Amino acid sequence: MNSPIHRARAARTTPSPATSPTAPTSSPAPHRADGPSLSRRRLLQGSAVLAAGTTAAGALSACGGTSAPAGATQIDYWLWDANQLPAYSAAIDLFMEKNPDVFVRVTQLGWHDYWTKLTASFVAEAGPDAFADHLARYPEFLKLGVIAPLDGLGPLDDIPATQFQDGLQELWTGQDGKRYGMPKDYDTIAVMYDRTMLEKEGLTPEDLEDLDWNPEDGGSFEKMLARLTLDANGVRGDEDGFDPKNVARYGMAAPGIDYTGQTSWSPFAYSTGWTFTDADTWGTHFNYDDERFAATMDWYFGLVDKGLFPPFGVFGDSSPTQTQVQTGKAALSLAGSWMITTFNNMEGMELGIAPLPSGPVGTPMSMFNGLGDSISSQSDNKEEAARLIAFLASDDAQQVIGERAPFFPSTDVGTEAAIEAFAEEGLDVTPFTDRVANGETGLYPLVENSAAIMQTMQAAFDQCWMRQLDGADFASYNDRVNALFE
Amino acid sequence: MSTATTSTRSAPRRRRKDDTKLALLFIAPATVGLLVFLVWPLLTGLYYSFTEYTTLTPPQWIGLENYQRLIADPIFWKSLKVTVLYVLINIGVQTVVALLIAVLMQRLTQSTILRSLVLTPYLVSNVVAAITFLWILDTQLGIFNIFLTWIGFDPVSFWSSETWVIPTVALVNVWRHMGYTALLLFAGLQSIPTHLYEAARTEGAGEITQFRRITLPLLRPILALVLIMTIIGSFQVFDTISVTTQGGPADASKVLQMYIYENAFAQYEFGYASALSVALLVILMVITFTQYWLTKAGQSDLD
Repeated sequence: MNSPIHRARAARTTPSPATSPTAPTSSPAPHRADGPSLSRRRLLQGSAVLAAGTTAAGALSACGGTSAPAGATQIDYWLWDANQLPAYSAAIDLFMEKNPDVFVRVTQLGWHDYWTKLTASFVAEAGPDAFADHLARYPEFLKLGVIAPLDGLGPLDDIPATQFQDGLQELWTGQDGKRYGMPKDYDTIAVMYDRTMLEKEGLTPEDLEDLDWNPEDGGSFEKMLARLTLDANGVRGDEDGFDPKNVARYGMAAPGIDYTGQTSWSPFAYSTGWTFTDADTWGTHFNYDDERFAATMDWYFGLVDKGLFPPFGVFGDSSPTQTQVQTGKAALSLAGSWMITTFNNMEGMELGIAPLPSGPVGTPMSMFNGLGDSISSQSDNKEEAARLIAFLASDDAQQVIGERAPFFPSTDVGTEAAIEAFAEEGLDVTPFTDRVANGETGLYPLVENSAAIMQTMQAAFDQCWMRQLDGADFASYNDRVNALFE
Repeated sequence: MSTATTSTRSAPRRRRKDDTKLALLFIAPATVGLLVFLVWPLLTGLYYSFTEYTTLTPPQWIGLENYQRLIADPIFWKSLKVTVLYVLINIGVQTVVALLIAVLMQRLTQSTILRSLVLTPYLVSNVVAAITFLWILDTQLGIFNIFLTWIGFDPVSFWSSETWVIPTVALVNVWRHMGYTALLLFAGLQSIPTHLYEAARTEGAGEITQFRRITLPLLRPILALVLIMTIIGSFQVFDTISVTTQGGPADASKVLQMYIYENAFAQYEFGYASALSVALLVILMVITFTQYWLTKAGQSDLD
C-alpha cells in the first residue's frame, strides 16, 4: 500500500478522515438539502464538494480574500496540514492587522500535491514567498538552491535559537551554519489507547505508565502487549492455548513503517542508545548495521510471529492506527503528537495517552521532529516574507496558535498554551511534552539523499515485516545507503 | 484552388512550385505538432539521459554514466521483471477475454445496447477504477474480502502481498480495457464475409471449428495490430500502481514507469530517469518490430 515516497511521510501528515474509505460519510450530500427544486448547477457544486471531500484534504484556498488591497505587497504562504490551517490563519490575520502594508495569501494543499506543486512552481519560478517545510525535503531544496538563508533577513536576525525548544533550530541549520527554516512546531511520540478498552481489561492507566523494554525479551512492555492481545477464541496473548495465527485484537497497532521509523521502531531503537548516523544532524554514515539496531528489528518485527503485532498488509491505508484502535483491532498505538486531535475525535473512543516504555538507556526515548517555515530564494519580497515568519515565531503569534493548536508550537509560550488547550479538553499531553522537557529525545535524521535512502531502505523494512529478512540483513542495505554519501 | 488550376494550365512549371508551397502549408500544423510535442521531447529526453539534471540547475554532460549505472542497478532489473510479468498476465488474460466477448457479440446478439454495455468499464478513468478496486479488495474493509470470509475463505491481502499484487493490478486493468479491446476485435470480425460461415455450416462445421478455421486466421492482421497496441499500452502501466501500491510491498509492484517517476519526481534525478525512459523506448521498439515481423501484421489472408 504504502510506497516509499507516500508512506514515508504519511505519518507526519495527519491523514484527514476524508482520505480513508471508512469516512466517506464526512462528505456532505448537499443535493439532499435542496429538495426537489434542485438545479443542475447545485448538483454540480454538490458533486464537486463530494469529489473534493473524497480526494483527500483537497486544495482549499483559505484565509480572507484572494487579492491584495491597493498599496499592499502581496506575499504567498503555503502549508499542507489542514489541521494547522485554522491556527495559522488566525495568526496571519493578526499579522495583517499589524502590518497593513502586507497582504498574505494562504494556500493549503494536501501532502502529496504540496510537494509536487512546490517543485513545479520552483521550476516555473512562481513559487510561494514563504512555505511550511519538512526535514525530509529541505536538504534537497537546499542543494537545488531554491530556499534562501534566513540570516540577514531583517527581523529574523533578532530571533535567537533559545526562543525555541532545544534542538529545533539545530534541525533547521544547514551545513554552512546558516538557518534555512524558522521552527514552527515540534512533535514527539507517545502511546495512545482507548480507556474504555483498558477498563474492560481490568487495568488502569497507571498500569501503562512505568513500563520498561529491552530488545531481548521485550520487558514489561511486551508482557503488557501480550496481556492486551486476544485471539479469535478470546484467549489472551499471555495465556496458554493462545493462537498467534488467528488474532482478533493485536497488542500494538500497525503504522506505516519507513526508514525513519518515526512512530514505529525508532523509540525502541533510540532507547538502546542507537543513533541513525554519525552526527546529530547532517550525518554521512548510517548505522543500520549496528547490533543494537538489528536486535531492535528482530524484536519489533518478531512480534508478528508472536501474534502481538499485525503481519504485513493486514491493515492497509484504509485502516490507519487510529482506526485500528477505534475498531478494537489493536490495543495500543505508538502515535505522534500531531495525531492527538485525530485520535481524540474518533467516535466511540475515549482517548488515553501513556508515555513510551523506558529502554536499556534507562529512560523512554522519542523521536523529535519539527516543521519549519522557509523562504524561497526566488521571492521578490523576502523582506515581507521574513517579517511574516518572524511574527509567526513571536510570543503573540505563538499564543494565538497554541490556543487553537492541535499540535505543539515551537516556543515555550506556544507549548504552554497548547498544553492548556488540551487540558481543557480533558487530555493530559505531558507524555509528549515530558520527553522534550527531560531531554529524552533523538532528532529526526536530517541528511542528504533522503529520497534515495527512503527508496533503498523501504524494501528492507517491508521484507523484515514480511519475515523474510533478519535484523542482521540490514547491513547490506546500510552499505548501499552509505554509498550514496561517497 | 480552382484559380491555381486554371493558371497552371498555361504555365506548367509554376504549377509544381505552387503545389509544394500549398502542400507545405497543409502539412504544417501536423508537422509543427509532431516536432514540438514528439520529436523535440524525444531529442531532449535523449540528451538529458547523457546528463546529470535536476531541473533547477542546468544539465551537466556526464556521457554514458547513467547507462552504466542502469546496467548495474538491481532495482532496474527487478522493475523490468515485474513489468514483464504484469504485461504477460495483463495481455494474456485480456486478449483471450476480449476475443471471447467479441465473438459472442458477433455470433449471439445484434443488440446495440448490449454491444455498447461491454464498453462501459472503458468509460471509467483509470484512477477511478483503481481507487474503486483499492476499496473493494481492501484486506479489512473490502467487500470482496468480506464475501470471501462469508463463503469460508481467509481474507486475501490483494494489494499488499508480493504474490498477489501484480496479478491484482493486471486483472483490474483487464477489467477496464477488455471492452475496448473487444470492440476493436469486433470491428475486425465484421470484415470477415458471412458467406464463409454459411459455406462452413453447409459443410457441417461446428462453432468451434468455424472459430479455429475461419475466424482466427482471418482475424490475424487485426489481432496482431491490437496486440501491438495493447502491449505498448501495457508496458506503460503507471496510474493504477501510483494510486494503489506505489510500488510496494518491497518493490513487488515497482514497474518501470513507477521507478522512472520516483527517480525524476522524488529524487530529482531527471538525467537517470531519462536514461531509464530511453531503455523503455528501446525495449518497446524491439518488441513492436519483432511482433510486426512475426505476425505478418501487414498482410491479410482475405485476398
